[in-house]
Amino acid sequence: MVEFSYTLRNVMLGASLLGVMGGVVGSFALLRRQSLLGDALAHAALPGVCLAFLLTGQKSPPSLLLGATLAGVAGALFILVVVRWSRIKEDAAIGIVLSVFFAVGMVLLTRIQKLETGNQSGLDKYLFGQAATLVDDDLKWMSIVGAVVLLTVGLFFKEFKLLAFDNAFGASLGFPMRGIEVILTCLLVVVVVVGLQTVGVVLMVAALITPAAAARQWTDRLGIMVFLAAAIGGLSGAAGAVISASVERLPPGPTIVLVSSCALAVSLLFAPRRGLLWAYLRKRSVMARIRRENLLKDLYLMGERERGWSNFVSLSALMGLRGQGAREIERNAQPLLQQQLLEASRDDLRLTQAGFAEAQQVVRKHRLWELYLTRRLELPSDHVHRDAEAMEHALSEGAVAALEARLGFPKEDPHGRPIPPRRSR
Amino acid sequence: MTSAVVIQLVGGFVAASCALVGTFLVLRRMALLGDAISHAVLPGIVIAFLLTGSRAALPMVLGASALGVVTVFLVGVLNRSRRLYEDTSIGVVFPALFSVGVILVSRYASQVDLDLDCVLHGEIGLAPFDTLIIGGQSFGSKALWVTGGTLLLDLALVLLLYKELKIASFDPDLAAAVGFSPLLLHYLLMSAVSVTVVGSFESVGAILVVAMLVVPAATAYLFTNRLSTMLLLAVGIGVASSSAGYHFARWYDCSIAGAMAAAAGGFFVLGLLLSPRNGLIARAYVTKRLRERLNEQLVLLHLKRHGEAFPPPRASRTESVQERFGWSPSRWRHVVRRLEEQGLVERVGEDLQLTAAGARALEQTGTSVLAHCP
Amino acid sequence: MTPDTPKTESAGGSVPPLEVHDLTVAYHTQPVLWDVDLTLPEGRLIAIVGPNGAGKSTLLKAVLGLVTPITGWVKIYGAAYSQRRSWVGYVPQRESVDWDFPTSALDVVTMGTYGRVGWLRRPSRRHRELALSCLEKVGISELARRQISQLSGGQQQRVFLARALAQEAKLYLMDEPFAGVDATTEQAVLTLLKELRHEGKTVVAVHHDLQTVGQYFDYVVLLNMRLVAAGPVATTFTHENLQLTYGGRLTVLSEAAEAFLAQRSAGKED
Repeated sequence: MVEFSYTLRNVMLGASLLGVMGGVVGSFALLRRQSLLGDALAHAALPGVCLAFLLTGQKSPPSLLLGATLAGVAGALFILVVVRWSRIKEDAAIGIVLSVFFAVGMVLLTRIQKLETGNQSGLDKYLFGQAATLVDDDLKWMSIVGAVVLLTVGLFFKEFKLLAFDNAFGASLGFPMRGIEVILTCLLVVVVVVGLQTVGVVLMVAALITPAAAARQWTDRLGIMVFLAAAIGGLSGAAGAVISASVERLPPGPTIVLVSSCALAVSLLFAPRRGLLWAYLRKRSVMARIRRENLLKDLYLMGERERGWSNFVSLSALMGLRGQGAREIERNAQPLLQQQLLEASRDDLRLTQAGFAEAQQVVRKHRLWELYLTRRLELPSDHVHRDAEAMEHALSEGAVAALEARLGFPKEDPHGRPIPPRRSR
Repeated sequence: MTSAVVIQLVGGFVAASCALVGTFLVLRRMALLGDAISHAVLPGIVIAFLLTGSRAALPMVLGASALGVVTVFLVGVLNRSRRLYEDTSIGVVFPALFSVGVILVSRYASQVDLDLDCVLHGEIGLAPFDTLIIGGQSFGSKALWVTGGTLLLDLALVLLLYKELKIASFDPDLAAAVGFSPLLLHYLLMSAVSVTVVGSFESVGAILVVAMLVVPAATAYLFTNRLSTMLLLAVGIGVASSSAGYHFARWYDCSIAGAMAAAAGGFFVLGLLLSPRNGLIARAYVTKRLRERLNEQLVLLHLKRHGEAFPPPRASRTESVQERFGWSPSRWRHVVRRLEEQGLVERVGEDLQLTAAGARALEQTGTSVLAHCP
Repeated sequence: MTPDTPKTESAGGSVPPLEVHDLTVAYHTQPVLWDVDLTLPEGRLIAIVGPNGAGKSTLLKAVLGLVTPITGWVKIYGAAYSQRRSWVGYVPQRESVDWDFPTSALDVVTMGTYGRVGWLRRPSRRHRELALSCLEKVGISELARRQISQLSGGQQQRVFLARALAQEAKLYLMDEPFAGVDATTEQAVLTLLKELRHEGKTVVAVHHDLQTVGQYFDYVVLLNMRLVAAGPVATTFTHENLQLTYGGRLTVLSEAAEAFLAQRSAGKED
């Protein structure tokens, strides 16, 4: 078990605080398609930190934080100006601010290092996220900022929602949307600045965006998403801190990011409704049902042509219809055999009574739909088959009954073939 | 070759290679994908290093390219799943990959030569001294060979695929229709970015390579619409930035790479302000002139319309016109004075009237706005 | 008919819901609206038509204070927009928002009440009930909790309409409310607009379909950067005015509009 040292406590606290704050403001950044603005702001903070140090000669958090904040705000303003008044698009503007501000920071940092030979000056930790160097003072500032962020978001929730969803509508209602945007951007800046020490410049964007992206998969309500993002961020932070402390040479910043990335992966795959895994399974099951219905239909149509359904149909005959392999047809037939909709004699297949009734319903839907297309939409009769092939699996009983009534209970489809009656039950 | 020359050459090669591929990144609005790749290649490099046990260039390049492809693939998959926006996909993929890289370095390579610091911001100052030794023979600065090779590779790519890149960048649908796969091109370009990024690590490091990819190309974009010109300009500005940066760094005694990237930024700001077509100053001036002309035309038009419908002195009294427009008195005075100077209006008592020259000028304006004036 | 003094039928000297004077709007250096003078009557369904880029949406935005004009001013019931916000409802184009946003239909409609909820306060139950009743009015109250990306285009349009209804306005500004919706929704929207007119409200809608102007609206504004004509549909929606507006660029579909006019002038009213 890992020892709950002072360092671990601080890293856990710092990481959780950042996770919570980051999740909250990150949710809005994500929804406003400004995920990478946080990246730019993190890089832009460096020259601010260095300048603050050069001007004040101190490494105290308030002055460094202030410097970083001002630099971040300057970066955000620069992006705005470039995008608004030149042909440079937003992505390039972000890239420019990100790299150039950081470069200026590098210049200043190396200068400072030359001035204080031997002392890494502690400014490095802003770059690389040395969470282990978090002291109580830093945590104090993080808590203050965190409280301010949560309070502000709580107070201005509907204003931020308006800003993210329909800026113009908000303006028409009389809300000062520009001002609200400024407030939100400032929140983003301070969260970035105060969290730099925990995860470092490169990984900051993940601290903001990854928990929010994970949260989005679980809910369709903004309030819940923000809350979940905070929870996922906070828990990932704590878990990452603990894991990093228990395994050798595992730096905390990257560990935290990987934990929340795993949370994102899990969310993407397994979240109810939105989860990719469920979507895949749903799709597979639908495809399988379609294939089974097609098999029943094929046997029915064959029987219609032969004017009798008592003969067994060989596998090779079925294979010829849709160019399917024997294995595939057997796979489709398996569940139908179990449900006693089909019966088999060696490799040959035949519809049972129940199977006949099922197949009839599919054919009925197909032909009614073809009739609808030719009569109502006046499509030529040779254009409707493809569409009906798809719709026959999609129409519900109710829709089909309504369709039949609308068409006046017809007896024949556009090709003169009989429309089977509704299943009597 | 003196160290100064070597360093500047290396810097120039890096800048030129980055400018070549960076131009396409900027045009295709993929600047941030380039940024993502520059960070995400780290695990590829580390794995190559761990597998081969050396810092040989080729395995690292291969590892980096593989990771570049992985990054682009992951971002694409996430985006196409429609569960995440594109910028979100970028923002979650590269930090995860970078974290893997950092952890690998920390656990398996920290005691050896792969210095994270160096990867992040390079150390071009060492370039002249890190010589390439093959079979006991010294071939000069290794960095020179690596960056030179990268430049040749990028040059070859751009020259060979110029047409395809051009069409795919400006009109992806046309490209697909014509027959070559934009997707393949996309992956080729991103692989080139990965290779370029790795080739530049030693000199400027991961974070600043983004500057060289994006900033000179963006500056060039402010000056021209033509692809060939943009490429040449980007390369030129990049090389100039690396030179200027080097000299500044010598004088100020600071990070050479940082200075080079900052110099590129300086050129961008200059271009932003001064570009004759797209610069802020030019735009402000053009906008001001056109607005002035618009204001003047409005007054002329108003005088014409209301001069006919309402005989003076009513509608053309100067105060009433100013009121109708809702302009401030100073703005009104300014516009009227300009019109008087051009001889297009004249004061008759307290009224403002169109002169013959004014009426003619109005007719000649011939803008479509007036076409519907019955 | 001179374009600068359109004939308006003022209902007994009441203040017109919308007055626009000498309005000129430009984006960068391109004029989009030029010297537009307009006075609209109350209690009508008013269509704004014109070719693409004619400034129709811009006119609405200028009224709402979303763009700043170079010259001119707008009066709503005799006062500036900032003083009449609560009297104006706005239905923007459907494309103007990201429908993948995590919010429900009811939530969007409740946003229409935000103007009256005010700063820092939450919408109360009363506001939510109002929002729900607006959803009922547009016929989709059962979709209240549905996330908006799961709605069809027509349903999304109804959500936007319900939001405007929740603003409880006297003047409604709508940007292409009939664009890209199914036939059922089109009927539902039309019924709603007629109800609004019946209640004495005024609706100003940017409309893209020349074929239906005569059926749906009773007043029309023809715009092509400049005001070409404005007046009751019967007298203003004419061949000559359409030619002036579209400058010979009447498309094939607009020929149906011509057919409608020809039919009407032959005495067979629709």
